[in-house]
Amino acid sequence: MTTQTQHLHRYLQCFSEFERVATGGELQWLSDLRRRAFARFCEVGFPTTHDEDWRFTDVSAISNTAFRLPRDARPIVTPQQIKPWRIEGALCQLVFINGFFAPELSVLDKLGKNLTVTGLAQVLSSNPKSIERHLGRYVDQQRDGFSALNTAFAEDGAYVHIPRGVVVQEPIHLLFVSVPDGSPIMSHPRTLIVADEDSQGTVVEEYLTMGVEPAFCNAVTELVAADNSVLSHYRIEREQASTFNISTLSMHQGRSANLASHSVLLGGALLRNNVHPVLAGEGGECLINGLFLGADRQHIDNYMLVEHASAHCASRQFYNGILDDHAHGVFHGRIIVHKDAQKTDAKQTNRNLLLSDDAQIDTKPQLEIHADDVKCTHGATIGQIDEEALFYLRSRGLDEVTSRKLLLLAFAGECVGRMKEGPIRKHVETLVNQHVLRFANTIPISKAS
Amino acid sequence: MSALLEIKDLHVSVDHHEILKGIDLAVNAGELHSIMGPNGSGKSTLAQVLARRDTYEVTSGEVLLNGKDLLAMKPEEAAWEGVFMAFQYPVEIPGISNTYFLRSAVNAVRKARGLDEMTAMEFLPMFRDKLALLEMDDKLMNRSVNEGFSGGEKKRNEILQMAVLEPRLAILDETDSGLDIDALRIVAHGVNAMRSPDRAMVVVTHYQRLLTYIVPDYVHVLVDGRIVRSGGPELALELEETGYGSMEASAPAA
Repeated sequence: MTTQTQHLHRYLQCFSEFERVATGGELQWLSDLRRRAFARFCEVGFPTTHDEDWRFTDVSAISNTAFRLPRDARPIVTPQQIKPWRIEGALCQLVFINGFFAPELSVLDKLGKNLTVTGLAQVLSSNPKSIERHLGRYVDQQRDGFSALNTAFAEDGAYVHIPRGVVVQEPIHLLFVSVPDGSPIMSHPRTLIVADEDSQGTVVEEYLTMGVEPAFCNAVTELVAADNSVLSHYRIEREQASTFNISTLSMHQGRSANLASHSVLLGGALLRNNVHPVLAGEGGECLINGLFLGADRQHIDNYMLVEHASAHCASRQFYNGILDDHAHGVFHGRIIVHKDAQKTDAKQTNRNLLLSDDAQIDTKPQLEIHADDVKCTHGATIGQIDEEALFYLRSRGLDEVTSRKLLLLAFAGECVGRMKEGPIRKHVETLVNQHVLRFANTIPISKAS
Repeated sequence: MSALLEIKDLHVSVDHHEILKGIDLAVNAGELHSIMGPNGSGKSTLAQVLARRDTYEVTSGEVLLNGKDLLAMKPEEAAWEGVFMAFQYPVEIPGISNTYFLRSAVNAVRKARGLDEMTAMEFLPMFRDKLALLEMDDKLMNRSVNEGFSGGEKKRNEILQMAVLEPRLAILDETDSGLDIDALRIVAHGVNAMRSPDRAMVVVTHYQRLLTYIVPDYVHVLVDGRIVRSGGPELALELEETGYGSMEASAPAA
């Protein structure tokens, strides 16, 4: 209990300082939102493995580290350092350093006037009214200390608004860079994506670290998709082995809205990937697609909470994981079908490949169905590389590493194949290709001897 | 001239259970040998050992391919040396297209032999010819390897791979099993088209039926891990009359 109090004391200090200087502090609604959230965080603190939703994930490495909340002099990152992280074919690239929008590092020249893509803090200074009715309305702070903590420190991040009827073909790229410059730092990027009726767009959040000290990135994205909008969201995690990343995507979708959430999790020491769609209007469709590749001692926890709140909606969850070394993966797939959500069609599949004896996966489906005319299915598999298939490929002249690589790529390709053809899919293919090669090179010890 | 394939006193076990109990066999280039035998006689084990499947333990004996120690080779190395086995149960591999797989295989073999890789432009016309030989729909080729193929399509796909890879030693493991007569004719036609003076073939089969379409130079009868009779094509006919039972009776004492 003492330690918990100590953590809270540290965060209380941070929060007091934050309140004095944070953008938007003069806005009553925002200051109330932050205070309520901080009070909530003080009540619940960091989760422990006694919490059912955190049973397989120990976050004490986060709670025990004294992270600094950088506010002062921005670390020096040059455009040259950012250049390799651009995605060819993107509409724009917004760069965030420790959670703060850095326009001087961003590429914004192709942005038209038909939509808004900017930093959240800029909107809080210039036009707070436009986001008041959305910010903090969709993420569930009651359940989760991390979301409460993010909301308490909500100040900057991205704001994307696609007005009614606007179709944006090229992806909007948001690059979040943690730069632990000499000491452990934390950031709480807050992103709001609003897609009005009949609009269409693609938003990519990509996370990385520059620097070797520990970093804690606690990101929350609220995505509001109005009636008949079509939106794809990508989350690409490429952080370093010293980074903790807790990330929550709360999606609220209107009538006949069509959403896709794609997660590609490659880096980081400890990842928690919360995806929470609420199908609030009739006839909505949601694809929740993910690929996680873990090695060394990486811990990757995927927590899906799919809420069917309206009739005639369909959700599809597909998560594939490949785990090597001592990596630990978690897939928690919860589907809640509300009383009035008749004709719900919900499907969930989690497939896992374990490449070493020490790798571990915990997979847990959880269906809560309160309607009586629904179709809900779930399934999970855990296996190794198929030895028959490996022998088949090798017997045709492909060497062992190439054969393993082909089989792993085929497995990962199930997820990549669900992404729409275009610049992002190409980007993801390149990343996954590079990453899988590392897995293909490890031949199980039992076989090598 | 030494044989292309030379098997000397080969003993093979699985989980300490001896399956092959001393096989001697020599196959020259240009010859087609058929190995016949009842279920559990060790036919498939022999085929898989030659393709270098590592679940089998060779306890003694020697196998030479062109004078080289085949048993020291990995599966891919055997393929580079010209060994090809048509699988009894071809494996489905979701996510890898047939065409991509075959071109990768051809190029892996060419690279190992010091030849230039084939470009798509060079590969495709050759591939089309082989597809025509096996009367296969090229739509199947954009699909994943064997995925959703019928039994007959899978077996034809094996012979297609053989035709594309042009091995020196082709081993067919019960390629005829489960085929209807039309598919059997197509497969046999493909195999016969591949017979050549510098290629050896070993056709493992349970049924004599195949041998009316693919006429072997030699027939060997495998019973309980040993070759109990060897002869010409007429031996297959004799088997058809008398069954394997009579062969077991005439097996030399262990």
